[in-house]
Amino acid sequence: MSTLPVDAAAPRARVRRFVLGSGRPAWSALVALVALVVASPVLSVASSALARAGSPDLPSGVGAMVATTLLLMLGVGVGTLALGAGLAWLVTAYEFPLRGVLSWLLVLPLAMPAYILGFVFLSFLDYAGPAQTALRGVLGDDLGPLPVRSLGGAIVVLTLTLYPYVYLMARAAFLELAPTAYDAARTLGADRGRAFRKVLLPLARPSLAAGLALVMMETLTDFATVQYFNVRTVSVGVYLAWKGSYRVDSAVALASLVLLFAVAVLAGERLLRGGARYAQRGGRGRGLERRPLSGARAALATTTGLVVLAAAFALPVVQLVSWAVAGLRRDPGRVLDERFADHLSNSVSVAAIVAVACVLLSLGMAHALRLGGGRLVRGAAQLTTFGYAVPGAVVGIGVLGVFAGADTLLEAIGVEGGTGLLATGSVIGILYAYVVRFTAPAYQAVDASFSRIPAPLTLSALSLGARPTRVLTRVHLPLVRPGVAVATILVLIDAVKELPLVLLLRPFGFTTLSVWVYELASENFWEEAALPSLLIVTVAVGPVAFLFRQVKLVDVNSRVG
Amino acid sequence: MTSALTLTQVSKSYGGRDADPAVRGVSLDVSPGELLTVIGPSGCGKSTLLRLVAGLERPDAGRIEIEGRAVAGDGAWRPPEGRRVGLVFQDHALFPHLTVARNVAFGLDRLPRKERAARVAQALERVGLAHVADRHPHELSGGEQQRVALARALAPGPAVVLLDEPFSSLDENLRAKVRTDTLALLRESGSAAILVTHDQTEALALGDRVAVMRDGVLEQVAEPATVYEEPVNRFVATFMGEADFLPAHVHDALLTSEIGVVSTVPGWGGTDLDVEVMLRPHEVALEVDPDATSRVVAVEYHGAFVLHTVRLGSGATLRSWQQHGVRHPAGTPVAVSVVPGARPVLLSGEVALSAPPEAARRL
Repeated sequence: MSTLPVDAAAPRARVRRFVLGSGRPAWSALVALVALVVASPVLSVASSALARAGSPDLPSGVGAMVATTLLLMLGVGVGTLALGAGLAWLVTAYEFPLRGVLSWLLVLPLAMPAYILGFVFLSFLDYAGPAQTALRGVLGDDLGPLPVRSLGGAIVVLTLTLYPYVYLMARAAFLELAPTAYDAARTLGADRGRAFRKVLLPLARPSLAAGLALVMMETLTDFATVQYFNVRTVSVGVYLAWKGSYRVDSAVALASLVLLFAVAVLAGERLLRGGARYAQRGGRGRGLERRPLSGARAALATTTGLVVLAAAFALPVVQLVSWAVAGLRRDPGRVLDERFADHLSNSVSVAAIVAVACVLLSLGMAHALRLGGGRLVRGAAQLTTFGYAVPGAVVGIGVLGVFAGADTLLEAIGVEGGTGLLATGSVIGILYAYVVRFTAPAYQAVDASFSRIPAPLTLSALSLGARPTRVLTRVHLPLVRPGVAVATILVLIDAVKELPLVLLLRPFGFTTLSVWVYELASENFWEEAALPSLLIVTVAVGPVAFLFRQVKLVDVNSRVG
Repeated sequence: MTSALTLTQVSKSYGGRDADPAVRGVSLDVSPGELLTVIGPSGCGKSTLLRLVAGLERPDAGRIEIEGRAVAGDGAWRPPEGRRVGLVFQDHALFPHLTVARNVAFGLDRLPRKERAARVAQALERVGLAHVADRHPHELSGGEQQRVALARALAPGPAVVLLDEPFSSLDENLRAKVRTDTLALLRESGSAAILVTHDQTEALALGDRVAVMRDGVLEQVAEPATVYEEPVNRFVATFMGEADFLPAHVHDALLTSEIGVVSTVPGWGGTDLDVEVMLRPHEVALEVDPDATSRVVAVEYHGAFVLHTVRLGSGATLRSWQQHGVRHPAGTPVAVSVVPGARPVLLSGEVALSAPPEAARRL
């Protein structure tokens, strides 16, 4: 059909089709605008990095930072892969006491932010903590301080909070990927081990790579937790350059380094995924059958699961509760002063504004696509989902860069002082950065709901004379309400948990719950930090409980062999 | 009288290397009140044609007019909501969150409340579903859903109603009834209608005219009997019913082939030409004849008729409908002839001949 004479006669039509498809210009423009808004911080960092490529203003010690970052990523990568994939294999391939409960409880550590687990971990293991005190009691006072505040400590804490990403991906892959292929391998004479190594593992590789990529991105984003451990990654460098010494150029140069790391992670994921992208899903097969364990091996399996769960979630929560209770007993006024209410309301209002903004933008984008956007519009919508993968330091510095650009532009056209946003540091910046980061999960949830609306429904509404706005409010919105609800909750929770972006961008005197926890914990005020920490963990359990349902659903489909 | 719908040289390609079919240079005229059925193999572009008329796709070239007003082409563009086109989908596409009455009212939102309610009641009355007005679509049967979809599409009084395989999601035994009802409602509404189908019986039985489409091109647009009896080419001949082809020869208005004299061809005097003759099973007569070289090779019982497949001496096969009760078992030698009065279609290559070609006359 490409040789049709009409093609030559209508180059404009072809351009139009590429840009807009059969969509509506105004709605398509909205998508492009959102994409631009989300992409501009990254573009800002990338462009200033390129502009200064000849003489980057990197602070001394940058080499050590890069090395530390690499070691941290390597350690957390290996740790999460071993823990995540190992536990997934354990609960999928074997039957042992508490297996069913553990299979979904093991997702729970996802609700424990690293900056909370980090300080609980330190309080317990640091020189003055119960562990080393007890050790000295046994071995005598000559025992020097153990190196807890170290790279190793940071790796352990990040591994314990991030392994569920790999766990979830691996488990879904083991259970859902081509049970037919597994069955075929078994009928061809492969035993369980060989079928796993030769069939399941290669098929699961893309999923493992995806989980690992998520872990790497989260590791790159973090610059709060690692500071407990005196670990100086490049992201920490960005934070210190900006907040510590206000050296914009160094901050930008370091942020572009972080960006490089992120690009490398994405490239690595592609590489690991390799040609396995078209891995078949589903199919009618029994798949992996669970083998019952007994005696010592069963006990070992159960213990392994319980120990991970205890270390990553249960014990820290117990510790937080006991601190909170102790703190409240001793001096309720000190824990529950007016600052608590103030910080809580800051957290909640920022989260609420961001949730509404992200959901509205996502609705608009999904609606525009439904009206028939072209390839460019679809590409733009896709672009907005990358925001989630961009490390916080890059988003933060990028937002500042965008504000600086806006200032320059406004001053050039005669507005004295520009927006003034850069000078003051501003809540607007936090909101902007949050939107960049959280539009992706909101859009995915809304889009999933949209995909369940059959296309003819939209077309019927249009042909019955409804304008696009009416189609949105009367047809699409009522039908995607579940997706909107999920999106709102996800963003609310993510925003309450978020720490690095606020730390980087907050104006003087603006503190959220997460920042408060971090400040108190940094100064070893464990008891005071406990209650807000518990509040954050409780809130964060919400979406994890949502994940439980999926894990359980997956579990129902597998059975004992 | 203005046409309800006019397409002039409309083309649409999905560009790139997409395998999607295009619509190529389609011109079509539908009168008010007319029902046109569009039929073709899957991927022939019939759905694209509907989408172009509805305004869900923009044509690359050509012009579309609805009731004399340009809606696409030559710089004109009207979005779907401004076209007065009704759509009925295969899966009905009822809004699941709205009641039946609100579904029907959806296209009437510009009317005052009272009038709207009256129109909804009237529309539901017409399809005999007034009693389910307050139910939701999922509480209705497939046939009822289909009627609601039709009532909804007709309620705003569209100039053209487009029906995209509206019966294919219904059970076989329900389909005939719904088809009859739909036809009556369309007639009553007075709207022009285009009905896309892949079922040739449906196309022939429902349409005032039938449009046969292949590879984005309209091969033939004509009344059902014409499309069936005088197909313009081999594709239309085979697509619109069973057809077998035999090499044949016309000499001085007499058509002969392996089975002997087929028929006379009036107006072909003085012609001497090799052709192919198309024979439909109802045109082929059989008679048991122990001396015949033709043999019955297969018998299929279809209820009212029995389909016999016969292999001729040359190896060519013909099919023949025989009355219920006639049954020649496989292996029976039969003499094959053409029923008296039949006017078989002649083909030269892929194209049907309606008159002797000039070149053949001089021979």
